[in-house]
Amino acid sequence: MKRTIPLIITFLGGMVLIIAYFIPYTQDWGEKAAVFFDVLAAIAFVLGGGNLLKTHLKKVSDRVAGWGYSVICVVAFLVTLTVGLGKIGVNPNAQFPNYAWSGIYDQVGSPFWWLYEYGFKPLTATMFAMLAFYVASAAFRAFRAKNFEAILLLGTAFIILLGRTFAGVYLTGFIADDSAFSGLKLENFTVYIMQVFNTAGNRAIMIGIALGVASTSLKVLLGVDRSYLGSGDE
Amino acid sequence: MYEFLKNLDRRWVFLLMLFAVALPIYFNAQFPEKPTGLARAVFNEVEKLNEGDPVLLAFDFDPASEGELGPMATAFVRHCAEKKVKMYFMSLWPVGPRMVEDALDRVVRSDFPELKYGEDWVQLGYKSGYEAVIKVIVTDLKQLYTTDRFGAAIDSIPLMADIQSVQDFSLVINISAGYAGTKEWVQYASTPYPDITIVAGCTGVQAPLLYPYIPEQLPGLLGAIKGAAEYEMLVLDKYGARDANGQLAESGKYFEGIRRMGPQLIAHVLMILLIVTGNIIFFIERKREGSS
Repeated sequence: MKRTIPLIITFLGGMVLIIAYFIPYTQDWGEKAAVFFDVLAAIAFVLGGGNLLKTHLKKVSDRVAGWGYSVICVVAFLVTLTVGLGKIGVNPNAQFPNYAWSGIYDQVGSPFWWLYEYGFKPLTATMFAMLAFYVASAAFRAFRAKNFEAILLLGTAFIILLGRTFAGVYLTGFIADDSAFSGLKLENFTVYIMQVFNTAGNRAIMIGIALGVASTSLKVLLGVDRSYLGSGDE
Repeated sequence: MYEFLKNLDRRWVFLLMLFAVALPIYFNAQFPEKPTGLARAVFNEVEKLNEGDPVLLAFDFDPASEGELGPMATAFVRHCAEKKVKMYFMSLWPVGPRMVEDALDRVVRSDFPELKYGEDWVQLGYKSGYEAVIKVIVTDLKQLYTTDRFGAAIDSIPLMADIQSVQDFSLVINISAGYAGTKEWVQYASTPYPDITIVAGCTGVQAPLLYPYIPEQLPGLLGAIKGAAEYEMLVLDKYGARDANGQLAESGKYFEGIRRMGPQLIAHVLMILLIVTGNIIFFIERKREGSS
C-alpha cells in the first residue's frame, strides 16, 4: 500500500497531463492537475522546513564537526519564521485597518524586512560575488592549452571575454562596419559564435535531453523506475 | 619570477581581482556601448506597444543575481513607464516580489509618481509551483491569483478587469536567474500559445542555453550586464535620463548597467592575462620536463 498508492497517483497525474496536452477537450484536466501541483508545492515548504530542522538538530545533538553552524542555521530559521508568520511589527493594511494581521509580512521597516534587507540580501549577494575570485583563480591554474580541443576552447573564451566588453570594440575598431570583414569585429564575431556554434551545440544537447526525459518519464509513469519512492527502509 | 608565478598563492589572484573590480568603480570608468541585434530586438518589442497595452513583467530572480539583473529590471520598468503601458508584476521566486519593489522604488515611485496602483500597475506577487504556475495562468490567471500581493481581491482591482490569462497581455517581459525562469516561460507559454510574445533578460550563464529559442519562441534576449548596458543605451538614446525631479540627468540609476561594464572590462582583461600567464608557466614546465 505504501508504494502502490504513490505509483497510482504518479500514473494518473502523468497520464492526465499527457492527455490534456494532446486532446483540447481535456485541457481543463491539465489545469486542475497543475493547480494540485501548486498546492502541493506550497505544502512542500512546510516539509522542507521540517526537514531542515530535523537535519540540523540531529547535527547539534550528535555534536558533529561544525555543529555550531547548525545552531546558527536553526536560530536564523526560527527567528525569520516567527517574525514572518507572526507579522511582528507589521501595521495593518490600510484597506482592512481592523484586522491586525492584514498587513504584508515584509512591510518596509518591519523586523522581517530588516532581516531581508540587512541579512539575507547582503549575504546572498556576497556569496554570488565571490565567484569572481574563484573563477579567476581556477582560470589561472586549470585553463591549459594541453591539446587541440583545449586550444579551441581557449580561443573561443578569449573572443567571448573580449567581445562582451568595450575591449572587443576597441581592438577591432579599425575594421569598417560596412566592409566585407565586419564579421571579424570581435563584438560581431562573439554574436556569431553564440548564435551559430553555441546554438547548434545546445540544440543537439536539448534534443538529447528531451528524448532522455521522455524515456525516463515513461519509466516513472509505468512504474518501471521506482527510485523516486526511496528504498523503503525508513 | 618563474618560481614565484609557478607557486603563486591564490590570494594574490584574489587581490588582483579585487583591484580589477574596485578601481573602475572608484574612478567611475565608463565605456561606450554598441547595442547588438538582440538588445535592439528587445527594445523594438517594447517600442511596438501602444499606450495602455497590458504588459506582464515576471521578475524571477533574487538578490544573489541583482548585480547582473537589477539594471535591466530598472531599464525595463522605466521603458514601460515611458511608453505608458499597464504594468503587471509577478514572480515565480519567493524573493522576486522584493526585487519588484526595489525596481518600483527606483523608477515608478520616484520618477513616475503620477502612475497609480491598481490603475497603471499592479503587484501580483509570488506563487509557488514553478512551471505549474505558468501552465495554469496561460489559460486562467485568476484561478491562482485570487488576490494581489497586498491581499486585495483581484476583481476589485480596475487593472485586472480585462485580464483573464497571460494570453491577454501584449507582451511578457521575463527577467530570469535560473529555474523557474525564461526557459519555462518559453516552454509553457510562448511555445504552446504562439500569440504570447516573450522577451527576456537573463544571467550570463543562462544566455547560451536560451539562444536555441531565438527568434521564433524568444524574439529578444538581454544577456547579463552587457545586455543590460546595451538596452540602457537604447532607452537613454530615445528617452534621455531623468533625475528625481523629472529633469534630464547626466548620470544615475539609469546608467547602472553601463557603469557596471567598467569593472567587467577590467576583470575580463585580468582573466585573459591570468590564463595566458598560466599557460606560459605550463609550457615552460613542459619544456623543462622534456629536456630533463
